[in-house]
Amino acid sequence: MAELLPQPKMPPAADLFEQAEQGHSLWQDAWHRLRKNHMAVIGGIFILIMGMASFFGPMMVEHGYQEQNLELRETPPSADHWLGTDKLGRDLLSRVLYGGRISLTVGLVATAVSLTIGVLYGTISGYCGGKTDAVMMRLVDILYALPFTIFVILLMVFFGRDIRLMFVAIGAVEWLTMARIVRGQVLSLRKQEFIEACIALGLPMWKIIVRHLAPNVLGPVIVYSTLTIPAVMLLEAFLSFLGLGVQEPMCSWGSLIKEGAEIMEEAPWLLLFPGSLFAATLFSLNFLGDGLRDALDPRASKD
Amino acid sequence: MALLSVNDLRTYFHTRAGVVRAVDGVSFSVDKGETLGIVGESGSGKSVACYSLMGLIPKPPGRIESGTADFDGQDLLKMSEKELNQVRGRRVSMIFQDPMTSLNPYLRVEDQLIEPLLLHGLADKATARKKALEMMEQVGIQGAASRIRMYPHEFSGGMRQRVMIAMALITEPDLLIADEPTTALDVTVQAQILELIKTMQQRMHMAVIFISHDLGVVAGFCDRVNVMYAGRIVESGATQSIYYHPSHPYNEALQRSIPALQPKGHELFTIEGQPPDLTKPLAGCSFAARCAHVSDVCRQGNPALKEMKDGHSTACVRVQEGGLELK
Repeated sequence: MAELLPQPKMPPAADLFEQAEQGHSLWQDAWHRLRKNHMAVIGGIFILIMGMASFFGPMMVEHGYQEQNLELRETPPSADHWLGTDKLGRDLLSRVLYGGRISLTVGLVATAVSLTIGVLYGTISGYCGGKTDAVMMRLVDILYALPFTIFVILLMVFFGRDIRLMFVAIGAVEWLTMARIVRGQVLSLRKQEFIEACIALGLPMWKIIVRHLAPNVLGPVIVYSTLTIPAVMLLEAFLSFLGLGVQEPMCSWGSLIKEGAEIMEEAPWLLLFPGSLFAATLFSLNFLGDGLRDALDPRASKD
Repeated sequence: MALLSVNDLRTYFHTRAGVVRAVDGVSFSVDKGETLGIVGESGSGKSVACYSLMGLIPKPPGRIESGTADFDGQDLLKMSEKELNQVRGRRVSMIFQDPMTSLNPYLRVEDQLIEPLLLHGLADKATARKKALEMMEQVGIQGAASRIRMYPHEFSGGMRQRVMIAMALITEPDLLIADEPTTALDVTVQAQILELIKTMQQRMHMAVIFISHDLGVVAGFCDRVNVMYAGRIVESGATQSIYYHPSHPYNEALQRSIPALQPKGHELFTIEGQPPDLTKPLAGCSFAARCAHVSDVCRQGNPALKEMKDGHSTACVRVQEGGLELK
């Protein structure tokens, strides 16, 4: 009977040695957990494909995104125009890909802006503590209370409509939550003994922040960033939908959805294609974000 | 000539509930190569006193109100952050209570070990690495060469404390402050860690300040002992003398509170009451409210530490007057 029992699989001796030599960082553990999460992996792959398609796609498609052909207005999908054409006879495929480029760029750039400001602000606030912290956080509270739409409309009125302004506007609003998250993290980390140990070793403040605090804050920051990107893209779509976002002939997913919604009864594909691509991208980003959160959650780790 | 002499150190915390006199006029000194124990209950100010020396008191709410801490001719309490960073980690090192949280979870043990050497410019990277490996072996980590590239979470609690000790001692400091280094460890590991600190101390001829609430640990480990209560030192003397001739009722009560392996049904001894509220100014002896030998003289004045014989001092007025014999 004994030989019928399943034998435990032993990794080759070389592998064991390798493990002993290098050890597993918490990052490697997290990566391992992430790879086991199928939804997150599918989400990640979809985003990669979407990113490549929006970046290289517009160069490869036959018709330019602003090329009008008034003979072919609102034609349904065909061999020549795979996704059909819009009310000015422009190729929808080309416009959807181009729109994706704008939407993803807004998502990435605005998130990067909010990340930079938020992390810097939150770290300083959390590390300094005391009065500095109180003043800095009250400022965040005040900015939180400003109605976003009015803020953006004001910006547009004063500085004119410009896509770069949209990056600034969205980034300027999104960093608030990031700052709060980072501050909370730093606040609890600062009390940990290894930070005290760093001070006791004679490390100057900037070194402690860069070398010891930053990697420990990074986990939640990455998670929040992946969840911020879809939020930002949604904001952009919302602004474009209101007509405050990107301007013709440029387009984003938001503005395409707006155009499609206007004539959805005559030409449903104009709403269907950009809408479903946008939704799928948002889903993927959220799945990836959730997966990352599970993978990086310290409570899930071995300790 | 003392390596470190602390004089009238007062560290207060200015909180909303009032001023907490965590350390209220503490003086002590440590000689080269000597081991000084500081014992007391939680909240007696033993850790705060040492944190003050290392500049680890969060300010605000903490503030060092007065005092000097003369370390090899320099006053630690008057140093700027920059000057202090020249001393911390190089000449004075510290190990902490909880080895689980005192290492950075995201850095390899090796990178954390060589950090003090690189920081203080004591070695280049290759030499530092070699030294780190030597230290790992010296603190008794089996298979140091293969474990040095691992991360803290791959070590057990006792092993992490060994790593902490290696990190603290890698610069060969003159003084090591050990803040309850064995509290979070189980008894067998505790004995190993104590043995290790002792060995390293003899090898490097450094002084050790050993903070603990465990009288048993201190007894076997220290040359001299300070007993702290409510932010003050109430008794100070050679370890033998402190244990066999307690001359402060608090010390005596503390020793009776050590649970021994006694037969079932034996009631454990406890000190009645709570330590005093440190936000309120104390009239008289801080232990008066809980003392079994209290009399009227105890509630007057502010009892000072007074030497009775052979470097054994007490802050108990009744013992000083000769009206009280303990044990």
